[in-house]
Amino acid sequence: MEAATGHAAPMTTGPSGQTCGIARTELLDVRSLSVAFRTPHGDLPVIRDICFTVAAGERVGIVGESGCGKTVTGLTVLRLLPERSLRLSGRIIFGGRDLLTLSARQMRALRGCEIAMIFQDPTSALDPVFTIGDQIGEAYRAHFPTTRKEARERAIAALASVGIPAPERRCDDYPHHLSGGMRQRVMIAMALICEPKLLIADEPTTALDVTVQAQIIELLSRLSERMKTTLIFITHDLGVVAEICTRMITMYAGEIVEDAPVDDVLVTPRHPYTAGLLRSLPGLAARRSALPSIPGRVPQLGQMPKGCRFQPRCQHALARCAKPQTLSEFSASHHVRCTRAREITLAGVVTV
Amino acid sequence: MSSHRKSLIVVRRLLQAGPVIVLATLIVFALLKLVPGDVAVTLAGDNASDARIAEIRHLYGLDRPFIVQYAAWLWRAAHGDLSASLISREPVLISILRCFPHTLLIVALALAMAITVGIPLGVAAAARAGARIDGAVMTVASLGVAVPNFWLGMLLVTLFALDLNWLPATGAVALGESVRGAFIHAFLPACALAAGGIAEVTRQLRASLVEILSSPQVRTLHMKGLSPAKIMWRHGLKNVSVNLLTVIGLLFNRMLAATVVVEAVFAIPGMGSLIVNAAIHRDFPVVQGVVFAMVMVVVLLNLATDILYTVLDPRIA
Repeated sequence: MEAATGHAAPMTTGPSGQTCGIARTELLDVRSLSVAFRTPHGDLPVIRDICFTVAAGERVGIVGESGCGKTVTGLTVLRLLPERSLRLSGRIIFGGRDLLTLSARQMRALRGCEIAMIFQDPTSALDPVFTIGDQIGEAYRAHFPTTRKEARERAIAALASVGIPAPERRCDDYPHHLSGGMRQRVMIAMALICEPKLLIADEPTTALDVTVQAQIIELLSRLSERMKTTLIFITHDLGVVAEICTRMITMYAGEIVEDAPVDDVLVTPRHPYTAGLLRSLPGLAARRSALPSIPGRVPQLGQMPKGCRFQPRCQHALARCAKPQTLSEFSASHHVRCTRAREITLAGVVTV
Repeated sequence: MSSHRKSLIVVRRLLQAGPVIVLATLIVFALLKLVPGDVAVTLAGDNASDARIAEIRHLYGLDRPFIVQYAAWLWRAAHGDLSASLISREPVLISILRCFPHTLLIVALALAMAITVGIPLGVAAAARAGARIDGAVMTVASLGVAVPNFWLGMLLVTLFALDLNWLPATGAVALGESVRGAFIHAFLPACALAAGGIAEVTRQLRASLVEILSSPQVRTLHMKGLSPAKIMWRHGLKNVSVNLLTVIGLLFNRMLAATVVVEAVFAIPGMGSLIVNAAIHRDFPVVQGVVFAMVMVVVLLNLATDILYTVLDPRIA
């Protein structure tokens, strides 16, 4: 139905406009960002009216089920999606500039240098026919013209900093010589070699062995702290968010449904979907034989319900939930897209 | 370790050459015996009596069983003796050494054209996949694959040799005589041969590049802030180089076979003409010698391709 209207997103003065532009030193300010894929049958909206800010030094977790638009949000910030097949609206303010208005050349100067990204599967993200040292050094040389020798030395130092043993030797290895965990370390070294201000990590541990996941999380957390890199951590692992993030943004079906400090949201989630996610968390929920789950399925793209998109699955739904919902202020730091937020009490996972 | 692997590949490929040579020459020999016609009749000349023909047949061992004749040829070939032509009495090795450079020059020139024109076209089409230039290049490439090379050869001769008089219509000059003359004579036949090759390289390169350019590994390169030119020429081409090499290797084999027709159109005394004339007169030592030489060339080329694979892709070693 939104595909038919063509512009699902209100422009910068959207209903949730008041949540954008809070007065503090923001590194990233995403305003009313909407992305739709162009198809022969009309536009297919993927994310709608995304509004959030990230302050320097913050670590923001973006959580939600597969297909909720978290990855698209991350890729759009770096403008890594094929733009010819997209319809974009809104603004992405980074360092005082709207990234969506930058030229391809200006955007290139920013990528890998001020904003970097780590992807889900390190095996497919690395070039198999170049040595890892070459690939890391290349990321540096793309922004700082230097000799091959210096780039190689920097690559070796970067490999050492992500905990790869014998980096002088490993530098000349090809990706297929390394284990999955080692490859993700290489990816991290590559992303951080120019010491970017913002690092977007898109499910960096999903493709890895469980035993390695914790090491990678720990490494990312340690390095971002040391380099003062702001972190956006895209994941469906709420446990990781609870562990390393300061703020959590919950996305559902292409929209942000809740945005709150982690400590706050873990105790008192205000959106029924967030509460459902927390309830279905094996580590944090009470250990019972059957794990609670949210009934129903995520609506398909292009077939979103009018009004609250979670309403068909929500046990608290009322007639007025069928009207469009806005992401509105619950408290100064807590925003929620639910008309009943003040009426219902939802259980968190941590009881005070 | 990898040099050890490489010598293993060499040994394996050379061992494979033996059975391939036996099989190829045996099939060709059998075909020569199956089709009607007799070299003894040719040798005996016009109005020869049946007794004379039988005498000649016996003299050359042509009355012996098929398999005995083949075994005798193979035995000598294995000892480095490719025998002599039954008709001209010229040693087959000499004929091959005289004819092969003409063929090789045309094929090498055609292959060079296919690579130097096909790669930029494939890259241009892949860089703007879906755009107008892509469509134009692909349409022309489809035409190139479909056009028969002998027909194109005749068109080229009509236009550039007969009408415009820019290039010689037929014949060949040996490289030893005049390098310039050799290239001028080889140019049109090479063009006729190259058209299909250019189209093939363009299409295959575009297809592999389009696949690579939309892969996660290229998204990483964009994330690093690399320019599209660097992504295409440094990473894209190196990633598809194995596919490209495969296409070029197959193309060489196909061009070598196609010269038979192209040499006929341009009246070039190359390997194609040699084998066709020999086959018409059932001059089997020559036919066998040419097949033998061609198989050796193909085997050596495949060997070179296999070794190059290990250089281009570190995962193969």
